[in-house]
Amino acid sequence: MPQHWTPAQTRSLLKGLAFISPWLVGFAGFVLYPIAASAYFSLTRYDVLRPARFIGLENYVELFTKDETFRTVIGNTVYLVVIGVPAGLVAAFLLASLLNRDMKLRPFFRTIFFLPVLVPAVASAEVWRWVYNTNYGVINSFIKSLGLAVIPFISSVELAKPSLILIHVWAQGTAIIIFLAALQDVPRSLMDAAEVDGANPLQRFWHVTIPICTPAILFVMLTGMIGMFQYFTLGWLLTQGGPNESTEFFSLYLYRNAFQFFKMGYASAQAWILFIIILAFTLLIFRSSARWVYYAGESD
Amino acid sequence: MPAKIMQQAEAIASSPSQHPSLTQSTPFKAVQRALFYVMMVALALIFAGPLLWMLSTSLKTDPQVYTVPPIWFPNPMRLVNYPEALSSRPFGTYTFNTLKYALGAVAGALLSNTLVAYGFARIRWPGRDIFFIICLSTMMIPFQVRMIPLYLTFKNLGWLNTYLPLIVPTFLGVNAYYTFLLRQFFLTIPSELSDAARVDGCTELGILVRIILPLAKPALAVIGLLQFMFAWDNYIGPLIYLNNESLYPIALGLQQFRTMFSEELMWPYMMAASTAVVAPVIILYFFVQRTFVEGISITGLKG
Repeated sequence: MPQHWTPAQTRSLLKGLAFISPWLVGFAGFVLYPIAASAYFSLTRYDVLRPARFIGLENYVELFTKDETFRTVIGNTVYLVVIGVPAGLVAAFLLASLLNRDMKLRPFFRTIFFLPVLVPAVASAEVWRWVYNTNYGVINSFIKSLGLAVIPFISSVELAKPSLILIHVWAQGTAIIIFLAALQDVPRSLMDAAEVDGANPLQRFWHVTIPICTPAILFVMLTGMIGMFQYFTLGWLLTQGGPNESTEFFSLYLYRNAFQFFKMGYASAQAWILFIIILAFTLLIFRSSARWVYYAGESD
Repeated sequence: MPAKIMQQAEAIASSPSQHPSLTQSTPFKAVQRALFYVMMVALALIFAGPLLWMLSTSLKTDPQVYTVPPIWFPNPMRLVNYPEALSSRPFGTYTFNTLKYALGAVAGALLSNTLVAYGFARIRWPGRDIFFIICLSTMMIPFQVRMIPLYLTFKNLGWLNTYLPLIVPTFLGVNAYYTFLLRQFFLTIPSELSDAARVDGCTELGILVRIILPLAKPALAVIGLLQFMFAWDNYIGPLIYLNNESLYPIALGLQQFRTMFSEELMWPYMMAASTAVVAPVIILYFFVQRTFVEGISITGLKG
């Protein structure tokens, strides 16, 4: 506590705390307590019917040494994040760059690219199940009419994950709008200067546009990564983890363990591993960002 | 201006290269422009494709569904797919259920996040920044870590098979993203406005209600829509907390619907039901599109 603590400061502190008090209660009750409880449960065997029994690190040992599925699950999830997040990001950035050109009907095109975000996941799952349908889906029906071999999209081990990533790439509206806003902040004068000085469009894009948009890229990358590690609904509805566990992602396996097998302790241990993985990725991205994110106004 | 970028711009400038835009003739530019629009239309068709396919299928008869190559404009249209699909399951109840907790959640998010964001944006108090960082960092915590203890807590409280688990947390400002978004908006409002009101003896709550909120209507619309969309879309929450079909929201209801039909017979019905689930969100979006786009934009840029 600072030495010159004035009554005015105390008043302002109380005022501030009063305003954030809903969050303080919510934070304690719905964030801090569940996290602590989850840490404890992860050290127990707990099936809800009988009281939790402390077993030390046994759940973690089992996950890392005995559980074959868990290894597959980690691999699947990392695949989804490492391929899916950059794929979505690049697509969003390119689409935003197209929208940023001097063009007619920009609001129309922007709305079209944004629409997929509005589609609830449950509906999205049904629509894509039908789009991907092997016999009469729009793509395969067309391929069949050309006499070519159908694409087994979500029913093949090799294509299931890429098919889910394609849906993710389709629904990049939020990122597109964030990038579009960032692109509109690129100073015209800077682009003109580079153009007059002979930089071709590609060079301008790479050396001027992208650096100026790096704060937005960082934001989209971080939120995308955190969201992707928790990928659930589409995987659960569309592929149910199959075929042959090829789309069994972290959240699916965790949900199964918790609410189908009632292994609450075991699932809690998985949740904590997921938490730590997300923290590690966040740290990694933040630390690397010092090297590639430019903040306007910085001296270097 | 970032110095590094300036240096790069200068480096590019000093490297020898032709001036493409200065040498291009007008017809060439016109062709380029036409190609650009062709590409945009193609992309738009690809992105709208799945939704057009949904709409088209929802109006088909069975033989039209199984025509190869696919038909995009069914003739005749089978509009009766909609009433048939929507009456085969209690869609009215599903919708009513969804609205019950979605509107509760919207009210909760608006009320709590406004107060919290005001505390973080418009009052200077010791420790504020530390609390704000803690608040922001909760965005990193995966729901899965909290999911099991929350479920057990709600179970002990007797809240399972009620909408309380989906509503009560929103009244406690647990969604840091909304707090962040509102704070960003509040920060853009000149502090002179509140200072003047303070001099006149207005309380902080008075300032929030009389000065800040009227100016923050667009931001509130964004929070409201985001929360509504989240509630409309939320699958895992209802999946965990509700297991009585009479309480099911649309997200679970649509799945119930799917189990009724065999895979090969259901497509027009399934797509009609999906269209019915998608349509309200899209209609709502068109009403608030402008503010919504502005609201999302601001999150990626500042802070």
